[in-house]
Amino acid sequence: MNLLQTLPVAARALLRNKTRSFLTALGVVIGVASVISMVAIGEGAKAGVEKVFSAMGTNLLMVMSGSTSSGGVMGGFGSMPTLTWDDLTAIKTEVPSVRTAAPQLNTRSSIVGEELNWYTQITGTTPDYFTIRSWSLGTGSLISDSDVDTGNKVIVLGQTVADKMFGSSDAAIGQTVRIRAIPFSVIGVLAPKGQSPVGQDYDDAAFIPVTTYQAKIQGGLQKFIAGMIVVSAVTPDDTTRAERAISGLLRDRHHIAAGVDDDFQIRNLAEIAAAQQQGTQTLTSLLAAIAIVSLLVGGIGIMNIMLVSVTERTREIGVRMAVGAKPWHILAQFLVEAVALSMMGGLVGVMLGTGVATWLSKKLGWTLVLRPDIAIVAVGFSAFVGVIFGLYPAQKASQLDPIDALRYE
Amino acid sequence: MPLIHLEDVRKVYSLGDVEVRALDGVSFSVEPAEFIAIMGSSGSGKSTLMNILGCLDKPTSGTYFLGDREVSKLDRGELAEMRNRTLGFVFQSFNLLSRTTAMENVELPLVYAGITGKERKRRAAEALTRVGLGKRLDHRPSQLSGGQQQRVAIARAIVNTPKLILADEPTGNLDSRTSVEVIALFQELWSSGLTILIVTHEPDIAEFASRVIVVKDGKLQSDERRTPRMAKDELAEESAP
Repeated sequence: MNLLQTLPVAARALLRNKTRSFLTALGVVIGVASVISMVAIGEGAKAGVEKVFSAMGTNLLMVMSGSTSSGGVMGGFGSMPTLTWDDLTAIKTEVPSVRTAAPQLNTRSSIVGEELNWYTQITGTTPDYFTIRSWSLGTGSLISDSDVDTGNKVIVLGQTVADKMFGSSDAAIGQTVRIRAIPFSVIGVLAPKGQSPVGQDYDDAAFIPVTTYQAKIQGGLQKFIAGMIVVSAVTPDDTTRAERAISGLLRDRHHIAAGVDDDFQIRNLAEIAAAQQQGTQTLTSLLAAIAIVSLLVGGIGIMNIMLVSVTERTREIGVRMAVGAKPWHILAQFLVEAVALSMMGGLVGVMLGTGVATWLSKKLGWTLVLRPDIAIVAVGFSAFVGVIFGLYPAQKASQLDPIDALRYE
Repeated sequence: MPLIHLEDVRKVYSLGDVEVRALDGVSFSVEPAEFIAIMGSSGSGKSTLMNILGCLDKPTSGTYFLGDREVSKLDRGELAEMRNRTLGFVFQSFNLLSRTTAMENVELPLVYAGITGKERKRRAAEALTRVGLGKRLDHRPSQLSGGQQQRVAIARAIVNTPKLILADEPTGNLDSRTSVEVIALFQELWSSGLTILIVTHEPDIAEFASRVIVVKDGKLQSDERRTPRMAKDELAEESAP
């Protein structure tokens, strides 16, 4: 006799008490369904955070000038420019883990149109900037290398600016706007990018060539970059390596002796994103832990019913023993029954959980992330619950004395 | 070589501080192809003797050989194997699995013997045909009369070709006519070479056995061989006039 042969016996025993089997499995169904839906919700939250951070630019590093210190008063980072244009070139060309780098010079100013004005952030940069921020073009064209080389007075608007000033992106192209009385022609409008993690509107911005920015807005070319450098690492895993390499490179170029503080600062967005994800991961684990507790409660329900079943079928056990069932035959029979019960519950639970997660994500507008691996683990775990909680009743059945069992009324 | 050999078998139960000697030094042998009736009033120890002979219980002391194996030295698994291969049980209350067909009930010993598929079905059907239920393979116990249920139980007992059939009050729940029919079936099996051992308290039934052992207070009171009445003849007589 093998385990396969106990399956029809188990199926018949479970079908004999349909309502009871259903109610018993329901505990596991609810347990598994909550595991599946809770994990889906947690993963959805995680994916939401990931989406927000990838909107900021994947593999992004920000290099800023250092702080000043005079008479005990520390200035903020960037208050004294230390980064040079040569530093930017060096980062771009000398660090293998860096894909590309671009300057970012910011000021806030009014953009004056023929009818409307708009106060926004003006950024002077190079074409690489849009690659680094993974920001695509909506209509028109982007700032080109020749725009930067010749210092053309062209401007690329964010979606919000274009909408507010001209009503639509298409209407904006070819218009002339003025910044501090200098005319710029609108050559392109960027695709919408949404909000930053703190709710700032990315699309409320405008971009001009960095050379034009220096000459016309800043008032003259300078050796130092009066802003920061944004850097894109080759892969997300490279950000830490790139951070270290840039740090070494800049210390070397700025002749900073060992033990002396950096005169620049590097921010690694991947690290900030990782910290955020840690938070949602904790949430997911917590939800899963609560769900697993309900799965355990379901297991106790199975044990309870199996004990009842063993008592009810004492005489049957006696007959089986009398005709030659060994203790392990009886053990296997009841164990298979418990596992069948819990696995059925597990499978139904996966379906129910998937349904609940889909419904919730639609209802609440969350990202739906279904994890097949979690479904497999949940069904496996429910089978494990069946074994654990079925073992005691099955053991009890297998250790019955055949004489007593046969005489049992 | 005797099929059964008991030597000074004792079984003592302790209920609190009181010791009950259910069996108090029982010795006898059974040769193959005997039809034995064990008689005794209730509390005489005949049920205990039956349990020990049936490998359901082990003696407190003494030796019990079934064939060439000493049963008192076997563990639970080996006892189960012994019951499966060497013994067939018939109970007073039939002890069939309800909601299970006659076939499936008869297949049960073969399941535990590891016989599968067609072979199992063939042997179960053969055993049921032998007890005269060849046309009721798919009936459930609730769809059968008492006598038919006991026949299913007998088919279950013989299906795995045992050496010994142990029947505990097999006619206790049957009317007298059906009782004789069941006994006739036992005698038929006996004449084909099986050893039958039935426990009964009815002297009428004991008359069909070739040897009657009377147990009293845990000891053998008498053990005599006689010419048995043949159940088949009685059934023929009854239907003749």
